[in-house]
Amino acid sequence: MEFKEPKAISRFQGDGECLIELSGDWLFSVRTIDSDPILSELKDKNINRIKFDPSSLGVWDSEILTFLTKIKSFADNKKIIFEDGSLPDGIRKLLKLSAAVPVVEEGEKHEIDMPILERIGTTTLKVKGSAQSMIQFVGEVTLSIGRFLRGKAMFQKSDLFLYTQQAGVQALPIVTLINLLIGLILAFVGAIQLQMFGAEIYVADLVAIGMVREMAAMMTAIIMAGRSGAAYAAQLGTMMVNEEIDALETFGINPIDFLVLPRILALASMVPLLSLYAGFIGILGGLLVSIFMLDISATQYMTETIAAITPVTFLLGLIKATIYGILVAFAGCYRGMQSGRSSAAVGASTTSAVVTAIVMIIVASAVTTIIFFVIGV
Amino acid sequence: MSEREVKIKVENLEMSYGSFVIQRDLNFEVYKGEVFIIMGGSGCGKSTLLRHLIGLKSPAKGNIYIRGKNLWKSNEAERAQIVRSVGVLFQSGALWSSMTLAENVAAPLKEYTNLNENQIDELVRLKLSLVGLAGFENFYPSEISGGMRKRAGLARAMSLDPDVLFFDEPSAGLDPLSSKRLDELILELRDSLNTTIVVVTHELQSIFEIADNSIFLDPQERTIIAKGNPKELAKNSNVKKVREFLNRGEI
Repeated sequence: MEFKEPKAISRFQGDGECLIELSGDWLFSVRTIDSDPILSELKDKNINRIKFDPSSLGVWDSEILTFLTKIKSFADNKKIIFEDGSLPDGIRKLLKLSAAVPVVEEGEKHEIDMPILERIGTTTLKVKGSAQSMIQFVGEVTLSIGRFLRGKAMFQKSDLFLYTQQAGVQALPIVTLINLLIGLILAFVGAIQLQMFGAEIYVADLVAIGMVREMAAMMTAIIMAGRSGAAYAAQLGTMMVNEEIDALETFGINPIDFLVLPRILALASMVPLLSLYAGFIGILGGLLVSIFMLDISATQYMTETIAAITPVTFLLGLIKATIYGILVAFAGCYRGMQSGRSSAAVGASTTSAVVTAIVMIIVASAVTTIIFFVIGV
Repeated sequence: MSEREVKIKVENLEMSYGSFVIQRDLNFEVYKGEVFIIMGGSGCGKSTLLRHLIGLKSPAKGNIYIRGKNLWKSNEAERAQIVRSVGVLFQSGALWSSMTLAENVAAPLKEYTNLNENQIDELVRLKLSLVGLAGFENFYPSEISGGMRKRAGLARAMSLDPDVLFFDEPSAGLDPLSSKRLDELILELRDSLNTTIVVVTHELQSIFEIADNSIFLDPQERTIIAKGNPKELAKNSNVKKVREFLNRGEI
């Protein structure tokens, strides 16, 4: 179907009257029309009345309405009479409808341009607020753990079992893959350096200590941050949106006990176990490199490994893993419980749970390493 | 007529989000065994008032008494106890999505009673059959329709046999028949158990169907502009806005 070009031509007549001829097909999907030229024409002339001649107007849609509302608001501002009597009924009704409820001043949102000092102040207050809420959450979780130890915490044992399974057995494949590769990488990079000194055998020490003391726990924790931490934030956030957390409170059930505690217990117990396993897998990765690249026999490698790992190394790795596990669960639950009540807010809290967890893991790693160094273990 | 027992009393309540006051000077009483409607246009703070009454949001000013106990002047444990003794049906049902319907209804019973598993099972079956969901015990909330979720939410709200029940927009999102059935259920609860029922709604049909008493909140005045039986208000209220609202603008 062929459409005619939409046109609006203004004709100024004597006694301050302006007749606007509307012709052609006004469809925004076909062709739009710029209202600025005609508005500036109207501005220049001294007029007191606007009329329309729609005799050759074809089909129309919202395009003509946006055009006419602009003319109308211009006319209203200048106290010019806007005569719409000649316009088709449909257009007149819609124009009336769009003007039926005046623009609500409060309803329009203004982006306030804040001076730099005010912005710094507001941000500082926000940081203070979020620090307070985090400390409060730490306090609530601590109280909840206290209730758990006294056997008074209310939660479902089946939940704890489920979370333990999800954060334990079901995470094995990914933990295996990542830590095998980490072991391989450590051994490979170490081997190139140590070969220069003819000290290839120490690859075993490097991998063993590196994995058991640091890398296994950290890699496992980072995997769990993406796997379980994000899931916790999303679960709790969705429960927030769905009023499920409100429902718990109205039954006098503490949401921290019921939802957060089992998740923290699950990760605090499973991350150390996984990291133990991860250390073993990493050593296996180192073994593969040694056998195929360095011609060290498996027996030699294992003897050296066993000599390298002391019980203290084991213990330090486990302590770190436990701390990481608690941090990952804490970050996930905290962000979930803080989530706003919309789907976008749940997405944001999931993202922020993973970021928070990873930052916390790295910081905790640095702090514990320094502490262990200072106390000389 | 003997003095009726006051179940809920609200005194000079002011509600706000930060410095933005939503409603102020709210004063009303809810008597035992009546269906009390909180109505008003969208955005007037009906649901916020409900959140105050069920202990989820603390008032900016004023007092709320439930069975004579001051809800917000009590310590946390006391408040938990007061709140637990009332039932709440949330707008979407708010069932705990990781549990089956039976587990949802059973959870409060497990926490607060010393019943054994068989007794709890029997109670759960009874509550679910009261809302017409017998046989759905092992379904998860995601496996049933919105209307069923709402009814299951009601079964959970009734699990501890509360003598006060709160409903947040019970007919929202229900088809006319389900919504009528829910209204009938509300009346049934009032008549058979003498339950006090507070309903937040703007659904005219169900307001006229079930209400004994009501308050009308206005977003502009930011307070209660009418009190009384909605049928009376529709005819005789001296506030034009209220008559318009209750007659869908046709007066």
